[in-house]
Amino acid sequence: MLAVKDVYKSFNPNTVNETVALCDVNFEMKEGEFITLIGGNGAGKSTLLNCVAGVYSVDRGTILIDNVDVTRLPEHKRAAVLGRVFQDPMMGTAANMGIEENLALAYRRGKRRGLRWGITRKEREMYREQLKWLELGLEDRLTDKVGLLSGGQRQALTLLMATLKKPKLLLLDEHTAALDPKTAQKVLEITDRLIREHNLTTMMVTHNMRDAIKYGNRLIMMHEGRIILDIEGEEKKKLTVESLLKRFGRIKGEEFANDRALLS
Amino acid sequence: MLDILMGAISLGLLWAVMTIGVFITYRILNIADLTVEGSIAMGAAIAAQGITLGMNPYAATLLALIGGMAAGMATGLLHTQLKIPALLSGILTMIALWSINLRIMGKANISLLRMNTVYTLLENSGLDKAYAIIILGLIAVFGIITCLYWFFGTEIGCAIRATGNNPNMARAQGINTDVTIILGLIISNGLVAVSGALIAQSQGYADVQMGTGSIVIGLASVIIGEVLFGRKNFYSRLVSLALGAVTYRIIIALVLKMGMPANDLKLFTAITVAVALSLPTLKDYLIPIRRSYKGVD
Repeated sequence: MLAVKDVYKSFNPNTVNETVALCDVNFEMKEGEFITLIGGNGAGKSTLLNCVAGVYSVDRGTILIDNVDVTRLPEHKRAAVLGRVFQDPMMGTAANMGIEENLALAYRRGKRRGLRWGITRKEREMYREQLKWLELGLEDRLTDKVGLLSGGQRQALTLLMATLKKPKLLLLDEHTAALDPKTAQKVLEITDRLIREHNLTTMMVTHNMRDAIKYGNRLIMMHEGRIILDIEGEEKKKLTVESLLKRFGRIKGEEFANDRALLS
Repeated sequence: MLDILMGAISLGLLWAVMTIGVFITYRILNIADLTVEGSIAMGAAIAAQGITLGMNPYAATLLALIGGMAAGMATGLLHTQLKIPALLSGILTMIALWSINLRIMGKANISLLRMNTVYTLLENSGLDKAYAIIILGLIAVFGIITCLYWFFGTEIGCAIRATGNNPNMARAQGINTDVTIILGLIISNGLVAVSGALIAQSQGYADVQMGTGSIVIGLASVIIGEVLFGRKNFYSRLVSLALGAVTYRIIIALVLKMGMPANDLKLFTAITVAVALSLPTLKDYLIPIRRSYKGVD
């Protein structure tokens, strides 16, 4: 499904500020897998996701989606097969456009846009049904501007937009990090429900160890631009925060336990 | 007085076309595009030269549209392909157009006296010139508003709106934001050039300098329209632009009548726009003070 081969990415190359974000990252992902990607600040999780999405071009290496080399494909072309939700709730939607208009934009992802109407009556009904499913009361607010929604509502809407046309790969970049704990939990539940319902291949970046363990069927941990742990199957199911910390400690000494951000 | 009012309304309607163009870049694409200063003069230059060379005035106006679109495309390519900041891209095209406009006209200005213009037909049927301009201006403005209302409801139109609103989101939804930005600039500058062509034909000459300060007039009209005539839905927003452009002209006519020297016009307009643009900030600045007074009470 997704293959990341020897991907190397640095920022500000050949300057004093050069930072290596990804150092020869290698992994493959099978269809139907739900990977939680975890690591401290600067581990390279978001960079990896952005390289897959085409936001950043890689310095070296190749990225294949369904055996198609997308390494040189621009972001908007890769979007045809990707669904994305961002950390910033403002980033995934157009605030000055209506809820239905945002959904209509997402519904046309990967299609050639022409001079047909940007939204049709038939679609509206479908959007209403889909919004009902979120159980946030948005189905009665189709023409409301998205800017009027709360952060949690916006993330839920962005999730719906990302999955409205079933993506080959769903990329979630810490999409609950900017929400309060209760809302974050609710959005995560919606996420899990969507992924199960549509059997979506998913990669979810998170700062939260408990979430990384609770959700998904494979866990990848990154540190300083490399993958240092890759746990799946039965082993993943038995994982606890303590055992994860212990395993990290064995690899990297004590620094992981001191990484405040991971213990939220 | 009625003459002055009619003159202001007719001029306002012609500038409304330009205002709509400015609205597309400034409000929809979220770009302050200075190309318009060049493309409005370009539209005038092309139309004037075309008519002088014996072209049908309608064809000459159409040619102005195409010229303006090319100017918009130049700015769009500079910005999206060569990654020059939008403001600077517009300035570069604007400066380049100065020379291009002089080349088109061969001199600094062309007179259209006693030549056929788009207004001639209506004038020949016995109408006063101001009324002829108003009728044609209304047809042009409402034709354009209808077309744009339709266009920005289509898939491509929605993609352009999304690009101006949130380019990251647009790209994530598979929209090529380079293309939508270029398209928006093309449409905007095409309209601005048409406006220039219509203005030149109404005043009877084209001048290479006529674009100077036009962006500020466009912005003033956009803001006056939004403040005075609301912005509920897209259609009423477009109509409010036309009303804003006419209101601006009436205000200018009135202050001139009241004795303000014409040379101070641009200063007056600049101050108006500066105040209007800073209103949100001024509000934020003033309201907390009022609140703290309330707290003391």
